[in-house]
Amino acid sequence: MRRITQNKPRTQGTSRRDFLKLVTTAGAGLTLAMNLPLAMAADTAASVAAGDFEPNAFVRIGTDGRVTILMKHLEMGQGTFTGLATLVAEELDADWSQVVAEGAPADASRYNNLLFGTVQGTGGSTAMANAFIQMRTAGATARAMLIGAAAQRWQVPAAEIQVKQGLLSHAASGKSAGFGELAALAAQQAIPDAQSLRLKDPADFAYIGQSLPRLDRGKTDGSAQFTQDVQLDGMLTALVAHPPRFGASVKQYDANKALASPGVVDVVQIPSGIAVLAKDFWSAKKGRDLLDVEWDESAAFKASSDDMQREYRALAEQPGAVARADGDATTALANAATVVEAVFEMPYLAHAAMEPMNAVVLVNDTGCEIWNGEQFQSIDQNVVASALGLKPEQVRINMLFAGGSFGRRANPHGDYVLEAALIAKAKRGTPVKLVWTREDDTRAGHYRPMYVHKVRAGLDASGNPVAWEQRIVGQSIMQGTMFEGFAIKEGIDSTSVEGAAGLPYQIPNLQVELHSVEQPVPVQWWRSVGHSHTAFSTEVIIDELARAAKQDPVDFRLKLLSQHPRHHAVLKMAAEKAGWGAELPKGWGRGVAVHESFNSFVAQVAEVSVQDNGSFKVERVICVVDCGVAINPDIIRAQMEGGIGFGLSAALLSEITLDDGKVVQSNFHDFQVLRINQMPAVEVHIMPSAEPPTGVGEPGTPPIAPAVANALSSVTGQRFSRLPLKLSS
Amino acid sequence: MPVTIQVNGASHTLDTTPDTPLLWALRDHVHLTGTKFGCGMAMCGACTVHVDGQPTRSCVTPVSAVQGKAITTIEGIESVVAKAIQAAWTELEVPQCGYCQSGQIMSATALLEKNRQPSDADIDAAMAGNICRCATYVRIRSAIKQAAEQLA
Repeated sequence: MRRITQNKPRTQGTSRRDFLKLVTTAGAGLTLAMNLPLAMAADTAASVAAGDFEPNAFVRIGTDGRVTILMKHLEMGQGTFTGLATLVAEELDADWSQVVAEGAPADASRYNNLLFGTVQGTGGSTAMANAFIQMRTAGATARAMLIGAAAQRWQVPAAEIQVKQGLLSHAASGKSAGFGELAALAAQQAIPDAQSLRLKDPADFAYIGQSLPRLDRGKTDGSAQFTQDVQLDGMLTALVAHPPRFGASVKQYDANKALASPGVVDVVQIPSGIAVLAKDFWSAKKGRDLLDVEWDESAAFKASSDDMQREYRALAEQPGAVARADGDATTALANAATVVEAVFEMPYLAHAAMEPMNAVVLVNDTGCEIWNGEQFQSIDQNVVASALGLKPEQVRINMLFAGGSFGRRANPHGDYVLEAALIAKAKRGTPVKLVWTREDDTRAGHYRPMYVHKVRAGLDASGNPVAWEQRIVGQSIMQGTMFEGFAIKEGIDSTSVEGAAGLPYQIPNLQVELHSVEQPVPVQWWRSVGHSHTAFSTEVIIDELARAAKQDPVDFRLKLLSQHPRHHAVLKMAAEKAGWGAELPKGWGRGVAVHESFNSFVAQVAEVSVQDNGSFKVERVICVVDCGVAINPDIIRAQMEGGIGFGLSAALLSEITLDDGKVVQSNFHDFQVLRINQMPAVEVHIMPSAEPPTGVGEPGTPPIAPAVANALSSVTGQRFSRLPLKLSS
Repeated sequence: MPVTIQVNGASHTLDTTPDTPLLWALRDHVHLTGTKFGCGMAMCGACTVHVDGQPTRSCVTPVSAVQGKAITTIEGIESVVAKAIQAAWTELEVPQCGYCQSGQIMSATALLEKNRQPSDADIDAAMAGNICRCATYVRIRSAIKQAAEQLA
């Protein structure tokens, strides 16, 4: 097959075929012995025992000195490529200019997420956390073999050889060589035992902590390749007519008009709807508009958001499954001097990545090849293999850049990838690009679930919190997924209650309960998962408790966090950096929130201005993050900025609602997201830390909604318990 | 009926219908994929190109409407202003996922071509039509100012 893509991806996307060619023609070039088995593995993955090549599956050094680092995690904007490569380059002592990143194939035996067990996938802000030692070990292994090669060639003791910025040297003999010159000989060295490798002392880090330039280039000149950009010879574009309601299906359809439309090649029925295939997008779109489909809505879901909210609110009055129980919250509330209480409502949310969901799939006699901004290889590989009657290793996946995801491309059921594969199966031998329009994407479900929380919290006569009771009502994300077994215990989906069940404040009587509601609306993890709703309710109530106790919200929190030094430290620093307590212009207010998610700790102070006409603006956000060792401080700052902006969309603008079962919103005019004129100034501070690195992709998002709500309360005296936030007139 | 358009200085005769949006003519027929599809209704700006120098949402512009006009895409911007914008974008590490950035750069370039010293309000007005779901807005604002300074 001839590729007609004009701009080859600069940092990734070398196909397996290209790679094999590289290996065979470069011959001597591919020197580290680790690489040949890697190339073969695409065809023989099943015979490769787990772990056999793991220490070596990440580095490839060419005779030209180029260091290619294989990326087991998706680059969807969060900086993983740069972060993972930094770890390898650090221990390899490579020069950053010789390093390129390349997407790894789907092969969980080598590229599994160490925090997901045997599963290959990106999520939960785990990339740096799971790979910190693994990538460094991969770099150190390669370095040791290069040193072995130099020692052999120069006949000098290995211990006397220095490696710095891609150059090996031996001071006494004056000899030196680059990685490329030694690559062939390095491949013949014995692979050192990982235990024998000594990783660098943090004091010697040259790259970690230095904000190296990003490796995911091509994003300022249009050359970066996303799924949407894949062009293959003979490829058809498919658009799918989906049912208007969840649970509906095709009753019958007439494709005659669509088939007569110029450019339309075929119309095929698949389980999720009717696919129109055409030579280009516009022809497929016009063809789809001409489809005549009658839907079977006998099993369709026809409720509205308002009905569901009423149902959830009623459930919140009933005891649920207990996620945490300290002391006796019921009695303590009954005896409390003051009780604050609120019912919170948080809507369904679409991920609305800028690149609507899409996938390119080719099914032929050897199996199936997928091009995708691939976030969850193990799920998609297995789902597609099962649907096509293939072995998982016959499903090859090319991981391209994703135009955003925020969790969406890690669909627990492989929804859109499976849809593309089933269309491609019907067009065996022809590559098919499935394209969802923005409307398809917005209405496809797999939303952040809608939630209702009821919280009651009490103070004693001295203003000390003595009781907290929280009931959470909403759909379980994990139910029915491969993670159900370990994520759901005794009726508690840990991702529904995370951030609430782990409330860090010292409150002696604390009860958190959950009602997991079943609905036909598909739901999914959305940037920060449970924390996206629990941070809001918990941090707003803590502020209300402080107000009821007539205490400063920062001081009030600090006192309750004495057992949680990392929360305490980020909160204290955020207050200092924000000038907490200093005077603000008239109509302005400050609000604070602190929240741990994905083992990172973030405090934010939001400054808002409220205008006389009742509108308001978030003017400035001060953010402090403790994510352990800061591998790339600039990317951490970028993730905090972006996480805040993403959270502000939900705090100020976005909601998905249902009316008679139909999703009301369809595009950016009614599913509104943050624009530049609504973006506050953001100041990020990173807490110095020697702790192992934790995530930054998600933890910036949870605190912003409560920080803004608390700021608005401080100006207006109004209470906020619903997202998106609205001031009452 | 074939349609002829001028893209980045080259003439392309396309076998497509006149109502085809310029976006899809560029992507599927000229095979220039730097211009992105985000919404299809001029709500997000990912498809922004220049038509006779004016920032234009190519997703709602029929190809028949731009015959005889000079179309410039992200692949073809070469002005001093465009280069300054791209350099600032790289230096400040603006892009995250990068999908919207072609459109952002086309809008930012058009702004600076007309207004070499944009205020925050000017930037907001010129850039509010370009959504970035990664919310790189803080850096977009800084990069436009940095490019403006560099051009001053």
